Amino acid sequence: MIYEVFRQERKGQPFQHAGSVTAPNEEFAEIYAREQYGRRQESVALWLAPRAALREIDEFPDEFEMKYRRVDGYSIKARLQEARERAGTLDMAPGAASE
Amino acid sequence: MSERTDLLLAIADDELILGWRNSEWTGIAPFLEEDVAFSSIAQNEIGHARALYELAAAELGSTADELAFDRPPEEYRAAPLVQLRRLEWARTIARHWLYETADELRLAALKDSDDREIAGLAAKMDREEAYHRMHAEMWVDRLLATEEGRERLGEAVDELWPYALGVLDDTLRPELAARAQKKLGRALPDVEPIARGVHEDELAELWKEMTSVRRSAPAGAQW
Repeated sequence: MIYEVFRQERKGQPFQHAGSVTAPNEEFAEIYAREQYGRRQESVALWLAPRAALREIDEFPDEFEMKYRRVDGYSIKARLQEARERAGTLDMAPGAASE
Repeated sequence: MSERTDLLLAIADDELILGWRNSEWTGIAPFLEEDVAFSSIAQNEIGHARALYELAAAELGSTADELAFDRPPEEYRAAPLVQLRRLEWARTIARHWLYETADELRLAALKDSDDREIAGLAAKMDREEAYHRMHAEMWVDRLLATEEGRERLGEAVDELWPYALGVLDDTLRPELAARAQKKLGRALPDVEPIARGVHEDELAELWKEMTSVRRSAPAGAQW
């Protein structure tokens, strides 16, 4: 069985995929995951999941090329700023100095 | 040499030599995950050896490296069980399990020691050994689950049994026998222990390899 391993580097951080281990059962998977992804104190926690338990989604049809849904096509920074000025919400924008 | 340093060196030598033996699987274990796990266990054992040597060295006015590498092979106190070269997986698992089971009993006794340094170190070691035991138990269960595995493990355990008894002093041997019997579901052969003080030929070979770097570089070299 293949188990996918996710590791958390520090408390509060998101778990990230670390790799996978092949093991005959969950108990062996735990030992192997500990030794591969935890023995150097590089993780504060691990998640183990049998690969079969994960649902993979890998199809994202985009038949009509709706580019306007993507954010990489054009810069909206200046327009957003203008809109915020008009609405008087400039100080609420992310990164704005808060008082 | 006090009784205390005698004891420390016996356990340290066990851990060093077993760590060395287990590391012989590095790169050639049955599969990759096991390779990493077993090598890591080997490193842990050597880490325990270092801590034990340091405790002994403080009393002897020596250093951990001197104790680990500068004694002739016949002065090592390692139990014959760990000296054997058994590069065959069923035997390796049999030894691993027998040693860890014996070690658990030994550490439990040491944790109750009046010597606070020894009791503290034993407790610290035991927290890591818990995972070694888990690993060993899982392997034994797995081998016991099939006919071929049961046969090969059983044969290996019987061969190593007098050596396993030799890891412990006679007060702890009955408990080791009881635990082994419980796990295997049968009695172990009634044999004389092969106790500490015996030196297998394999130890001299291992010693030569283990100390080769140390002997080739002038004492005091920094790495």
